[in-house]
Amino acid sequence: MKRWVAMLVAGLCLTGAARAEETSRAATNCAVPPELVSSDNSLKKVAEVVAKERKLDIVVVGTGSSTLSGPGGGGAAYPARLEVALRQKLGNVDVNVFSEAQTKRTAEEMVENLARLATERRPTLVIWQTGTVDAMRGINPDDFTTALDEGISAAQKAGADIVLLNPQYSPRMETMISVTPYMDNMRMVSQQRDVVLFDRFAIMRHWSEAGDFDLFGASHGLGLAKQVHDCIGRALADMVLNAAHLKTQN
Amino acid sequence: MKLLRVDDTVAAITATGGRDLRLDLFRGLALWLIFVDHLPPNVLSWFSIRNYGFSDATEIFIFISGYTAAFVYGRAMFDRGFVVATARIWRRAWQIYVAHVFLFAIYLAEISYVAAHFENPLYAEEMNILDFLKQPDVTIIQALLLKFRPVNMDVLPLYIVLLVFFPPILWLLERRADLALGVSVALYAVTWELELYLPAYPDGAWYFNPYAWQFLFVFGAWCALGGAARMAPLLVSPITRTLAALYLLAALAVTLTWHFPHLGGWIPRAVEMWMYPINKTDLDVLRFVHFLALAVLTVYFVRKDWVGLASRWLRPAILCGQHSLEIFCLGVFLAFAGHFLMAEMAGGAGLHFIISIIGILIMTAAAWLITWYKDMEGKGGSRARGADADLAGGGI
Repeated sequence: MKRWVAMLVAGLCLTGAARAEETSRAATNCAVPPELVSSDNSLKKVAEVVAKERKLDIVVVGTGSSTLSGPGGGGAAYPARLEVALRQKLGNVDVNVFSEAQTKRTAEEMVENLARLATERRPTLVIWQTGTVDAMRGINPDDFTTALDEGISAAQKAGADIVLLNPQYSPRMETMISVTPYMDNMRMVSQQRDVVLFDRFAIMRHWSEAGDFDLFGASHGLGLAKQVHDCIGRALADMVLNAAHLKTQN
Repeated sequence: MKLLRVDDTVAAITATGGRDLRLDLFRGLALWLIFVDHLPPNVLSWFSIRNYGFSDATEIFIFISGYTAAFVYGRAMFDRGFVVATARIWRRAWQIYVAHVFLFAIYLAEISYVAAHFENPLYAEEMNILDFLKQPDVTIIQALLLKFRPVNMDVLPLYIVLLVFFPPILWLLERRADLALGVSVALYAVTWELELYLPAYPDGAWYFNPYAWQFLFVFGAWCALGGAARMAPLLVSPITRTLAALYLLAALAVTLTWHFPHLGGWIPRAVEMWMYPINKTDLDVLRFVHFLALAVLTVYFVRKDWVGLASRWLRPAILCGQHSLEIFCLGVFLAFAGHFLMAEMAGGAGLHFIISIIGILIMTAAAWLITWYKDMEGKGGSRARGADADLAGGGI
């Protein structure tokens, strides 16, 4: 009888361990090709401040796709995950990420808030997630480009580096939202203004094609969304480190 | 007379030598490319000319449509007068409007399905696009007014507007061709200066601005009504060809920097500032010139009497080009269906490729079926075929 119980317990432990391994593998198996987390443009302010003051203040300005709803959503969204990843990788640097997401805002409607946050909070780096709402509302791509220019100028005027972060890859919505012109303009502006573009769309598409995440599936709980945000946070951390030419601690 | 009549079968057309099969060929290819461009990127996307220069299949399509519209309705206006030709052109516009509403119905069906079955917190923001389903009264009316513009459905509304205003332009083209072209250029320039646009619902403007794109359509019509012949000395000049080739190479170089951003440093800052943004909505001059350059070289290398045009390998594209309205609509529908299949089957690159190929095969089969049907009807003895001429080679 004892033997049976022992075997049962051992069996349960094994399956438990296997399952734990499975989830951790699912969470880590979101490798990104190096070219998607590196940039020709560098984050000079970030490099300078981290080297001199050992601190890094980041402000994320975004819309709905910078947040996660539900219990624990805030801590699981990519800005919080970025903070965790950067703290891990930059051991003795004081990393703080402040995120302010306002839903349904176009780039033009975000510029004012971005400028205010950049001057009030004096971050070293502003990460600007935009494009989705403009695409959904069919804003004139030229007006979108103008707004991007203004936002970049506002961040730089406040003495911060800026990273543009483009829309999510959402294969189900492709026939409904035409994001391509907005993504093209973000790439073009980032080239013209020598700022870093974090290509969230291409990275998520890569995960989808590599089979890391099933982004097509009709219904998922919050689990998948949390994992994707965790992976975005870590890829974004890699991009920041690479573009600022920072060495990781580990 | 015989030369300008639109005949029903390819065989008859080649026999009379009247129809310039190059128009059908390139319009058919443009239809395929538009279909491929509407699907998510896959291997076939590398055949799409938008990866190699500024202009894309849309320019080819609009130009050829202007050309054929002038060809068909110009003859009607010459023979039967302004009123009859106008009636035919507007009848065509009405057909396109009906086709557009039909496609909108399919679109509504698709997104209603998605709205009911798709629930993913990752895409909570993107799902807001479905909000308009909550107020169908507004949305459907805006769609009927051509102000609500679903993805990939921008071309047909542009056509409708172009055709509705085509009769007076055609009238002027037949009397003072250069003046008509001048009016068109002036409107194009004024559009850029005053930022004219047509409003869309709920925000923004039409993706293809008719005030700007009319220039390409009228230019096509102007070429068909003798402009091309008058430009012939210019077209055969080796200087023109050299300039065209140089421009295409320069455009290719610029396009490469989009795909390989680290090459971007090669473009001088001043050139970048002058060149960007290359605006598709208002038919950027760089796009227009790129199309001209392509056309100059195409006309030189692919002659009207080129034997390849009779080859069975090009037949599929030519057939599709001859039934462009039907095949265009089918292409939009197949792009919807293809997206849907890809989402349902969660397939990889292989599936994308297969869906693209099957789509093109379906378009070809449909074009063949329409040809066969018209051929059969024609043999039925009915000679009341005036209206059908519109369908075979009409505006779109």
